Amino acid sequence: MTEQNWPLWEVFIRTRNGMAHRHAGSVHAVDAAMALQNARDVYTRRGEGLSIWVVPSAAITASDPAEQGMMFEPTASKIYRHPSFYEVPEEVGHM
Amino acid sequence: MYTQALNTREAAGAAADPEREARFQACVDAESRIEPNDWMPDAYRRTLIRQISQHAHSEIVGMLPEGNWITRAPSLKRKVALLAKVQDEGGHGLYLYAAAETLGISREELVEQLLAGKAKYASIFNYPTLTWADIGAIGWLVDGAAIMNQIPLCRCSYGPYARAMIRICKEESFHQRQGYEIMLTLARGTPEQKAMAQDALDRWWWPVLMMFGPSDQDSQHTDVSMRWKIKRFTNDELRQKFIDATVPQAHYLGLSIPDPRLAFDAASGHWRFGEIDWDEFKRVIAGNGPCNRERMRARRKAHDEGAWVREAALAYAQKRRQRQAAMQVAAE
Repeated sequence: MTEQNWPLWEVFIRTRNGMAHRHAGSVHAVDAAMALQNARDVYTRRGEGLSIWVVPSAAITASDPAEQGMMFEPTASKIYRHPSFYEVPEEVGHM
Repeated sequence: MYTQALNTREAAGAAADPEREARFQACVDAESRIEPNDWMPDAYRRTLIRQISQHAHSEIVGMLPEGNWITRAPSLKRKVALLAKVQDEGGHGLYLYAAAETLGISREELVEQLLAGKAKYASIFNYPTLTWADIGAIGWLVDGAAIMNQIPLCRCSYGPYARAMIRICKEESFHQRQGYEIMLTLARGTPEQKAMAQDALDRWWWPVLMMFGPSDQDSQHTDVSMRWKIKRFTNDELRQKFIDATVPQAHYLGLSIPDPRLAFDAASGHWRFGEIDWDEFKRVIAGNGPCNRERMRARRKAHDEGAWVREAALAYAQKRRQRQAAMQVAAE
C-alpha cells in the first residue's frame, strides 16, 4: 500500500508574555488545526507555553550555512556601527 | 543504552572531503554545535540517524510493558501517574523522531525500519511486566539508568538531538521518583508486598545493567562516537555510575541486590559487581528475548489498524481545502 505522508510543521512556543515565540520542534499533521493540537500535546504537557505558532516546514526559507561567510561578512567589516568605535572624552561622563 | 545495539561499525574510509572534515571536527572540538543544514561527514549523519531513531523506537516500544498495567493500577493516584508517564514516553519518541528527521530521513521510513525489524530498540523492553511491583522497578531502575545515559547526551554535538534530550531529561525525573515511591510503599507494606518488590528487583537488576550496552572491550562505536562528541562517557563508566547511585537506594528500601559478588571497594569508592550474562544480552538483542515477538506484533497491529485513520484524516483535510478554494472562487 502506498500511503501518503502527513506534512511536517514547525512548532514555536511563547513560554510567557514578554517573551518571543521560540522554536520547540516539529510535528506531523494533515492541517493547521491538527498541527496546533498535536503541538500542544507533544510540546506543552507541563505548562511550557501560553501561545503556539505552527508553520508548514516547507514554507520556511533558510539561509545556507555554507554561504555564511558571504552572507554575514558586512557585519564584521563595519565596526563603525558599534558605539565603542567613537571616542568620547572622559570628562563628558557616561553617554 | 537505548542505542545499545549499535554494533555495525561505520566504514571509516578515506575522508571524502578532508578540508571540510577538518573544519567540522574543529567545530566539534570547540564545543560548538552542528546544526541540520551544516556540512557533516556521511558517517556522522548515518550514526546519528541510527542512534536517534533507536532511541525513539525504544521510547515507543517502552510504552507497551507499562501500558499493560494502566487498567490494573492499585489506586487512582497510581493510575493517573502511570498514564502521564506512558504519555511522556510517547512524547519523547516524538521529540526524537523530529530530531532524526532533521537529518534528512522521513518519519515513515523510520517507522518502516522498526516494523520491518531492521531497526533495534532497547533490549530492556523485551522483558515482561508480571506484577505491579514491576512498574515500580521500571520507573526506579529503567528510567534511572536512562537518566544516567541521557544527561551527557544533553551536550551531544548535534544540536537538535541535544535539545530533545534536555526536554526529555526534565521529564524523566518524575518517572524515576514515581517508580521509587511505588517500591517504597511496597517495601513498607505487608511481607507479601515486600516480597513482591524484591522479586521485581531480582528480575530487573541484570537486564537493567545490560541497558548500558556491551563492555568497553567489546563496544565498537565508542571511539569514533567520543571523537564526534555524540558520546561523552563509555558504557562501563555509565554502568558503574548507575550502580554506585542505585545500590544505596536499594539498601534504603531494605531490599537486596541479586548479585553475590556485589561489594563496596573503599579504596576506589565504587561498588564492584559480578559478571553480566552477555549471552542473554546477545540473545535479546538478536530478537529472542521473552517478549520480542509480542512487542513487534503489538506495534505492527497498532500501525496497521491506524492506517485508515491516517488516510481518512488526509482525505478530510483535502476535501476541506478544496471546498474553501471553491468558495473563494464563487465569492470572487
